[in-house]
Amino acid sequence: MDIQVRVWRQSGPSDKGRMVTYDVKDISPDASFLEMLDVLNEKLILDGDDPVAFDHDCREGICGMCGMMINGVAHGPERATTTCQLHMRHFKDGDVIDVEPWRAAAFPVIKDLVVNRGAFDRIIQAGGYITAPTGTAPDAHATPVPKPDADAAFEAATCIGCGACVAACPNGSSMLFTAAKVAHLGLLPQGQPERDTRVIDMLEAQDEAGFGGCTNMGECTTVCPKGIPLTLIGRLNNDYRKALRNT
Amino acid sequence: MTAPFWTEGDPIADRAAPDGPIETRWERRKFAAKLVNPANRRKLTVIVIGTGLAGGSAAATLAEAGYRVRSYCYQDSPRRAHSIAAQGGINAAKNYRNDGDSIYRLFYDTVKGGDFRARESNVYRLAQVSVNIIDQCVAQGVPFAREYGGLLDNRSFGGTQVSRTFYARGQTGQQLLLGAYQAMERQIGLGNIEMFARHEMLELIVVDGRARGVVVRDLVTGEVSTDVADAVVLASGGYGNVFFLSTNAKGCNVTATWRAHRKGALFANPCYTQIHPTCIPESGTHQSKLTLMSESLRNDGRVWVPRRAEDCGKPAADIPEEDRDYYLERIYPSFGNLVPRDIASRAAKNVCDEGRGVGPGGLGVYLDFADAIQRLGRKAVEAKYGNLFEMYQRITGEDPYEVPMRIYPAVHYTMGGLWVDYDLQSTIPGLFVVGEANFSDHGANRLGASALMQGLADGYFVLPNTINHYLAAGPFDAVSPEDPAVVEARAQVEDRLARLLAVDGDRTVDSFHRELGHIMWEYCGMERTDEGLTKAIGLIRGLRDDFWTRVKVPGTGEQLNQNLEKAGRVADFFELAELMCIDALHRAESAGGHFRAESQTPDGEALRHDDEFSYVAAWEYGEVPTLHKEDLTFEYVHPSTRSYK
Repeated sequence: MDIQVRVWRQSGPSDKGRMVTYDVKDISPDASFLEMLDVLNEKLILDGDDPVAFDHDCREGICGMCGMMINGVAHGPERATTTCQLHMRHFKDGDVIDVEPWRAAAFPVIKDLVVNRGAFDRIIQAGGYITAPTGTAPDAHATPVPKPDADAAFEAATCIGCGACVAACPNGSSMLFTAAKVAHLGLLPQGQPERDTRVIDMLEAQDEAGFGGCTNMGECTTVCPKGIPLTLIGRLNNDYRKALRNT
Repeated sequence: MTAPFWTEGDPIADRAAPDGPIETRWERRKFAAKLVNPANRRKLTVIVIGTGLAGGSAAATLAEAGYRVRSYCYQDSPRRAHSIAAQGGINAAKNYRNDGDSIYRLFYDTVKGGDFRARESNVYRLAQVSVNIIDQCVAQGVPFAREYGGLLDNRSFGGTQVSRTFYARGQTGQQLLLGAYQAMERQIGLGNIEMFARHEMLELIVVDGRARGVVVRDLVTGEVSTDVADAVVLASGGYGNVFFLSTNAKGCNVTATWRAHRKGALFANPCYTQIHPTCIPESGTHQSKLTLMSESLRNDGRVWVPRRAEDCGKPAADIPEEDRDYYLERIYPSFGNLVPRDIASRAAKNVCDEGRGVGPGGLGVYLDFADAIQRLGRKAVEAKYGNLFEMYQRITGEDPYEVPMRIYPAVHYTMGGLWVDYDLQSTIPGLFVVGEANFSDHGANRLGASALMQGLADGYFVLPNTINHYLAAGPFDAVSPEDPAVVEARAQVEDRLARLLAVDGDRTVDSFHRELGHIMWEYCGMERTDEGLTKAIGLIRGLRDDFWTRVKVPGTGEQLNQNLEKAGRVADFFELAELMCIDALHRAESAGGHFRAESQTPDGEALRHDDEFSYVAAWEYGEVPTLHKEDLTFEYVHPSTRSYK
């Protein structure tokens, strides 16, 4: 199939940036979206142009490195799908596709479609862990965990930290990301001792990093490639209220 | 006459491993290792390259112990390292199933699974430490699968008859990595680890014979800088991307270990690569990587191809039961679909070579869940494999609940790596190597669910107990930025980057990488021959010369330049590829993932030659590489012919 892509080109943080249109011809419907960009880049290099910079690594939908706005939607039109797992069979011959980077104050553009998501790491540093230095652990069966809790913790833990939630949010909020980690650890018995400080510290770090506030728009969960549910934000708010009371 | 491909040097030996009863070797090594008092640890700095299971767990644990740690990764966050993609699970000899498992059995299975090409001492320690890993991960909040009673669930995994694999649905690697990442982030927050994401190590700094630092490039600004420390730990993963198409992440590369090799670290068993049997087949020339489907699928899926080549074009549903060949169940009745990876992969290649493959190009076999769905119900199958089925459907556009999956082998893991002793120290003092980057525990073939075990064993429990012994002699003399070794290493990096940019030829980096991958897959893949390998070495040399005269790297070095990054990695892959072929050529036997067509039994199984090849091949860098042999002795598990029939 033949398509056109209009890609955001920005040479660096200080460049204003603009959309540039490219023809991409003879693309297999079985190619992934990133493989389509690979084909474009091979051509750009041989033509003496600057190839489009984009982040990617595992190309299996699990590392969370890739992500771009495709026709205005984070990770594109398919639900529960990262950009690398989106395939060209979901587009039609002759389509014109807009490709832009995540846009959020806390994720500054580095180049073209590459943004800096270091703010996510800073939220985790603030409390997204259980303090369990190596060597201190009791036997794994010492504390049984009810299966429903373990399953729910797992569901929350599947967040890949791609940042689509932030990119989709009109407020540029990272609430779904933070809520997923608060739920994952808070649902497990091992996570209880730090439950109150965790939610308070992570929310503070989130504000410091420049993310916006959450107004329950729900765009985040709609684009989340792992289907992290909006209810976790309610859970976080509940935890936060309790934590404020307790501390 | 052409020059010989290699020469043989003196044998080497692992001098760090204690002898005596195997059960107490690790205890005794830990006791004999010198300690560093807590106040002195703060004065010692360790550089860790890579943040996967091995590097992340090592960095966190060393920082918890009080060392100053500086950690580097090429990704934008330490959480993205490719350990995250491991699906199936992690082995541990917990015997929670009461099914006869034990440390000894895990040790036995791993030595046997590695086709008697691994060290007994190392493997026994791995099995011992495996139980602590599960405890550690549960304490960190890793959400392993559980049963209704609240206790951990287990499953059996490729090549074993006990259920010792712990898992978190199909995302075990992700959950384990997040555990290590979170422990690491905690230490970053406390100021004990300095983290440098989007930085790539491009050279090792060796001063007075000791590893003292690295040269790194900031991938955002392009700035090249040096960092010196008391010790360097490489946890930079495997080199499967030498094949271009593999299940590795696109950025996975050999540069860190190869640069260390060029500086004197021996590279062991480079030809031992693991071809994973259950990957999604290639769909066309645009293919940029291959995706693995967890081999846990083989617990319930049945592998088959049509009995007759002329049926291959038909839809699977139109091929009646009697016309299907469930070839693994037929050839290996006792293990059936659960035979180890090397055996399952070669069997798939054989049936496809016979013209009985299915799908595009005839390069695929069916993995069929119809029986499992009938036996367990769709819901139960969905609960076990739901996310894998979705992933398959997303990539292929086919619904595996309705039509059988198509799978084909793909490069997945590399057992070879830098040679290390029992302390995980390379032949360069102060350079330690952990995880897939070293060669240590898997011999010629790795069993399923053992990579995660080894990465975390090395990082959480082994290295933090052995590196003390080295660091106890420190802090070492300060290294000045003007030290000739530092200046030289930095100049080497800058010169190489400039050379890559200066070629300005007419071919892209990817086009070279793809061609190199074809050569490796064809001649150094699932089946290798003397003739093919010799030919491959010539082809690689020719292509490498071409690369340095025709490659086109756009842009400059002073910016984010992804093609410059790739070019440097591919340049190192060219050199590694040649050594892999030389290693494969010299090892005129079949062992594990290394199948030499000249060395097989009358019924086509791998034939080892223990009298000649019961050693680790450790290669020294040079114009002509030098082979150093480390003899392997087996006191506990007597080498036998692996039979899964």
